[in-house]
Amino acid sequence: MEKMVHIFLMGKQYEVPSNLTIMKAMEYAGYQLIRGCGCRNGFCGACATIYRIKGDRELKVCLACQTKVEDNMYVATLPFFPLIKQVYDIEKISPTQQIMMQLYPEIYACIGCNACTKSCTQGLNVMQYIAYAQRGDFEKCAEESFDCVMCGVCSSRCPAGISHPQVAMLARRLNGKYLAPKSEHLENRVREIQNGDFKELLEGLMQKPLEEMQELYNHREIEK
Amino acid sequence: MYTKEMLESMKKVEANRAANAVMEPRRMTAEEKDTLLKTYHPDYRQEEFDVLAVGPNKGEKVPKELAALLQANSRIDPAKIDLSHVDYDVDVLIIGGGGAGASAAIEADNAGAKAMIVTKLRIGDANTMMAEGGIQAADKPNDSPAIHYLDAFGGGHFAAKPELLYKLVSEAPEAIQWLNNLGVEFDKAPDGTMITTHGGGTSRKRMHAAKDYSGAEIMRTLRDEVLNRGIPVVDFTAAIELILDKNGNAAGAVLLNMETQEILIARAKTVIIATGGAGRLHYQGFPTSNHYGATADGLILAYRAGAKLLYPDTLQYHPTGAAYPEQIFGALVTEKVRSLGAKLINVDGEVFMHPLETRDVSAASIIRECSDRGKGVTTPEGVGVWLDTPMIELKGGEGTIEKRIPAMLRMFGKYDIDIRKEPILVYPTLHYQNGGIDIASNGQSNVENLFVAGEAVGGIHGRNRLMGNSLLDIIVFGRNAGRNAAEKSKDVQVSELTLAHVDAFKKEMEEAGIHSDIVSPKLLPDYRRHK
Repeated sequence: MEKMVHIFLMGKQYEVPSNLTIMKAMEYAGYQLIRGCGCRNGFCGACATIYRIKGDRELKVCLACQTKVEDNMYVATLPFFPLIKQVYDIEKISPTQQIMMQLYPEIYACIGCNACTKSCTQGLNVMQYIAYAQRGDFEKCAEESFDCVMCGVCSSRCPAGISHPQVAMLARRLNGKYLAPKSEHLENRVREIQNGDFKELLEGLMQKPLEEMQELYNHREIEK
Repeated sequence: MYTKEMLESMKKVEANRAANAVMEPRRMTAEEKDTLLKTYHPDYRQEEFDVLAVGPNKGEKVPKELAALLQANSRIDPAKIDLSHVDYDVDVLIIGGGGAGASAAIEADNAGAKAMIVTKLRIGDANTMMAEGGIQAADKPNDSPAIHYLDAFGGGHFAAKPELLYKLVSEAPEAIQWLNNLGVEFDKAPDGTMITTHGGGTSRKRMHAAKDYSGAEIMRTLRDEVLNRGIPVVDFTAAIELILDKNGNAAGAVLLNMETQEILIARAKTVIIATGGAGRLHYQGFPTSNHYGATADGLILAYRAGAKLLYPDTLQYHPTGAAYPEQIFGALVTEKVRSLGAKLINVDGEVFMHPLETRDVSAASIIRECSDRGKGVTTPEGVGVWLDTPMIELKGGEGTIEKRIPAMLRMFGKYDIDIRKEPILVYPTLHYQNGGIDIASNGQSNVENLFVAGEAVGGIHGRNRLMGNSLLDIIVFGRNAGRNAAEKSKDVQVSELTLAHVDAFKKEMEEAGIHSDIVSPKLLPDYRRHK
C-alpha cells in the first residue's frame, strides 16, 4: 500500500501518493494540464509553482515537475508571469553598460532585498547577476545566469519590478555574440565550404554503392 | 536514497571503478551489431506494428499507437467550418514553436515574407529546449563534412536520403556560425577554439555544446530573436487540420484555441509543419524524454492531406533514460555523460559494452543486459544498469561535472544523489522519431506548398540518428524551409479554400472498413488517473 499525503491544490484538498511530483500529483487528482506544463524535465520553466507547508511562514517556490509533494502542502501554480521583454536589434546594439540603462533601467532601482535569489527555482544567485548587469559586466552576468529556465518567479517577488530573466537573456546574447572569443577554425571551415572545397568529395560519397560505403564506414579511423 | 539491493551492487561498481575507468572496451563488429539489434531493439518487435490500410503509405507498417491516430477521425466536421471567415492571413504559416519553427520564422522574415507561428503550447515548449548534449558540425582541421557524412550515413544504417544528408553536413558549420552570431553561447577555449567531444558513433570530436543546456541555450536565443523581430506567435493554439486550395496545394490550417476551444482559420500561401516528435505516444509502453506536446500531430495533419511518410516505423530509444528515482523515470541523461568518460556497468560491476556505440546499438545492448543476461539492477519501475558518473572526474579532474553537466548534477541532486560520488541507474527511454514526412531537399513534401522541418521530417538521418544531429537538423532544415517557403510564397495565388481532403480520407477509411472511436491529432497526452 503506497503512502498517501494530503495536499491542497489552489486551496482544495486532495489525497495523493507521497512519491509523486507536484505535477504528477495534479494529474493524479484529475487535472488535464494545458498551461503550466512544458518539458516535464526541469528545462522550460513552464511549471513555476508557489507553495507553503501548513503552519510554516515561509513561502516556497519550485518547478512542479521537479519537486515531490509533502503532507499539508498548499500549492498555487504560476503558469504565466508578465515579464517585460524589450525588443532590440542584436546587430545594432553594443555590449556596453549604456544598453542596460536604455532597455532595462529598472535594474538600477534594485533595493538589494535578495528576494530574487531566495526564490530562484534553479538555485541561482540572481541578485548577483543583476549586479553584474548593472555594471555592464555581461560575461559574468551570462555565466552566473546560465542555468536560468526563465520561469519568472524571481520577477514575481521583486519590489523593483525587474524582469531578471530578460535582463540575463540580453546579457548572454551580448556575451555570445560580441564578447566571447571568435572561433577561427569555424570561420575557416565556413569559407572552405563556400569555396566548394568539399563538394567533389561529398558528391563522390553520395554516388558510391552501398557495399563500398559499408566498407568505408566499418573501417573508418576513430579519433581517440 | 538508493535501496539496499542497489547499494550492494554499487559496492561492486566502486570496487572496479579504477580498473573499469582505464580500460578501452572493444567496439562491436557490424555482424554483432546486426544480430543484437534484430534480437533486442524495440523496432524489431513485429507484434508492436500495424499495417496501414489507407493513405499514402497504405500497406506499410507503423507503430500501433501511430496507426491508431493516422487512421482516426478528424476533430472537425468540414461541413461546419466556415472557410470564408479568415482570422489570420499570412504568407508563411509555421505550425510549431520549437527550434525548427523559430529558425524557419527568422529566415522567412529575413526573406521579407509575412510569417506567423502557431503553437499549441508556448514558443519554446519543444524537444529543442530539452536537448542537452550538443550539436554536431565538422569544423575542426582533422574533420570534414565528408567524414561527418560517413558517420551519419553508417550510423543511420545507410538509409538516409543522400541529398538531405549532404545538406545537413555541408551546412552544419554555417549553422553554428549563424547561432553564434545570434548570440548563442558555446563552450570555447580561451583562444576561441570550440570545445568538442565525441558522441556515440562519431569518428571525430565534433559535438559543440553549451554545458548540458545546449538546446535550451539555442531555443531561448531563437525565441528572443523571434520576439525582437515582432513575428506574431499565436500560442496555446493548435493546428487541427491543414487547409488546401482547389488545386490541392497547402493553403492554411484550421486552428483550435486550446483553452477556449474556439475554432480559427489561418490562410497562408505556404505552410511549414514543424511540429516535432512523438514521444508522448509512449510506443510499446516506454517512458519518454520528450516534452509534453510530442504527439506526432504534424504527421497526422500531413497524412490526411496526402503527404507521404518515410521510415515511420523507426524510433529512437535513447539508451540512458533515468531509471531511478521514479520521479524522473524516463528523463534524459545526456549522452555527454558518456562522452566525458562515464561507462555503462552491470549489476556485477562489469563494463559490458563500449560506451559510445550508436544509440540504437547501445539501447539494444542495455536491454539485453537487463533481460536475457539477467545482469540488470532491479528498480521500482523495472530494471536498469549503472552509468558510472564518478569516472568523469577520475578522468577529467574534480569540478568537471559541475562545469560540463550542471543540469545532470542538479536533476539527481534534487533527489539527494550526488553524481560526482555515486553512479546512476539508466534504462532506454523513447527519445526521437527517426522517420516522418518525406521531403525534397528544398524542404517541401509531395503536397505542393507544404514544407516540413525538424523532427517531423523523415529521411535526413535514415533509420537511426546520431547524437547532436537533431539540434543540427532543426537549424539547417528549419532555415531551409523558412527561406524556400518565403520565396515560394511570392508566386502563390491561393484559390478557393477547401477541406475536401478531410472528407475524402474519411471515405477512404469507410471503404477500407476501418471504424475508429478516437479523434486525432492527439494534441496532448492524458495522464489523469480517472479519465
